[in-house]
Amino acid sequence: MTVGAGPPRAGDTLPPLEIAITRTLVVAGAIASRDYQDVHHDAEAARRKGSPDVFMNILTTNGLVGRYITDHFGPAAVLRKVVIRLGAPNHPGDTMVLSGVVEDVRGDTATVRVLGTNGLGNHVTGTVTLTVPPSSSPEQSPSPAQSWEGTVPRS
Amino acid sequence: MSARAVPGGEGVPLVDLPADPPADALRTGAGRDDLYARLKEYEGRVAGAGGVGKDLVNEPMIRHWCEAMGDTNPAYTGPDAIAPPTMLQAWTMGGLSGHGGRSAAYLDLLGMLDDAGYTSVVATDCEQEYLRPLRPGDRITFDAMIESVSERKTTRLGTGYFVTTRMDVRAGGEPAGTHRFRILKYAPADRERAPASRGRAPTDRERVPAGQERSAAPPPRRPRPVVNWDNAGFWEGVSRHRLLIQRCAGCGTLRFPWLPGCNACGCLEWDTVEATGEGTVHSYVVMHHPPFPAFDPPYAVGLVELAEGVRMISNVVGVPYDRVRIGMPVRLEFERVDEELELPVFRVTGVTGVTGRNGG
Repeated sequence: MTVGAGPPRAGDTLPPLEIAITRTLVVAGAIASRDYQDVHHDAEAARRKGSPDVFMNILTTNGLVGRYITDHFGPAAVLRKVVIRLGAPNHPGDTMVLSGVVEDVRGDTATVRVLGTNGLGNHVTGTVTLTVPPSSSPEQSPSPAQSWEGTVPRS
Repeated sequence: MSARAVPGGEGVPLVDLPADPPADALRTGAGRDDLYARLKEYEGRVAGAGGVGKDLVNEPMIRHWCEAMGDTNPAYTGPDAIAPPTMLQAWTMGGLSGHGGRSAAYLDLLGMLDDAGYTSVVATDCEQEYLRPLRPGDRITFDAMIESVSERKTTRLGTGYFVTTRMDVRAGGEPAGTHRFRILKYAPADRERAPASRGRAPTDRERVPAGQERSAAPPPRRPRPVVNWDNAGFWEGVSRHRLLIQRCAGCGTLRFPWLPGCNACGCLEWDTVEATGEGTVHSYVVMHHPPFPAFDPPYAVGLVELAEGVRMISNVVGVPYDRVRIGMPVRLEFERVDEELELPVFRVTGVTGVTGRNGG
């Protein structure tokens, strides 16, 4: 893992994060984002509307991308911009693998290209802009990366 | 039924939802897009004004979000907690009871697309910029506008229009962030022809081969060639299974595709030479995206150099799309596409080509 490797440099690769797309994650993400569209929690309704099962809403994808970035850069990193484009839907039973590459670093501002793939293809592609204050190099963060396995509801 | 998205408001289905087929005039219209002109008039209009977040920014909702996302960032807990920035849209959501905050203009726009048959919706993009952190106690207000409407686009899911809205979010009256949201309002492609894969775009492997459609809907047809005064002779040749190359009557230069005059000497007089049909792959590309109706990507499009020296663009057939190589010898044949259309294509006659860097 590259966590703790100091300030970001263009070309740095973020360790991939595997996220099991469980029914629980899809529903918990939808409700936590206040999105009650039935296709995100009611499989029968989703099928009636032409989807094989419930699928993750865009707000959850956005939240997971944000988490992926701050997990890596530590709690002092500040998200400035998250730009995502969706492709293949995240259905229960699938696994999404998030990966990222630091594209550019100017001062304390970095841009990271993020890709999330699942069994159907690219679920999400995007770019995250963040600032990483020099005083907060990841060494002194409690390295959340250590507890990265799996996904979701951790209590 | 129609599922209406609420950009910047409710979450939006990621997959296509059932829809009626679009009006025939729109499906086949090749000329001016009158609908686009009407949709375009909505750019810049209010999509929703004076929205107020149902809850102040608060710790319980932040904690529920972090639990769902598996986000253990300490910045989101404790006395100095901020909300995860990616929650921006969540604070504007109407929840189960909804908002009713969409403007008449925005409802009109969506209704116009529904009426034209573009009843399905898919969220394609979300762009958020965060101007200041949100903290427990912040009161959220927001306004949204229709930023842009695209021309009609054909995507893997179907044909439709991209609608982009932009929401300005404030906290305690101060700008806190912007939220740009793009949806595709579309008429699904392939729904009837690939019932097994309803709900998402069929992959290439899942596409039902032509002739095996289960539905009574006619399969999409290849575009018709535009035959005019200048190229009628070429198509007349194709109808007789002859590939005709123009030859300048002044300087004898061969030319292809057909043109009214000679590029070498300007002479307007010409006759024709029948191609032997032998050629080689001079270059090629593999077409993956976007998929057009009646085409089944990926497929190879070759720039074939005929033995006579002119080059012509056509399909390279007889090998998988990923086996086409520069230098491959090919031979002309005529492929019947449907009852009224035949096209010259080139079948690979050997596999002696080299891997080319400018292919693919």
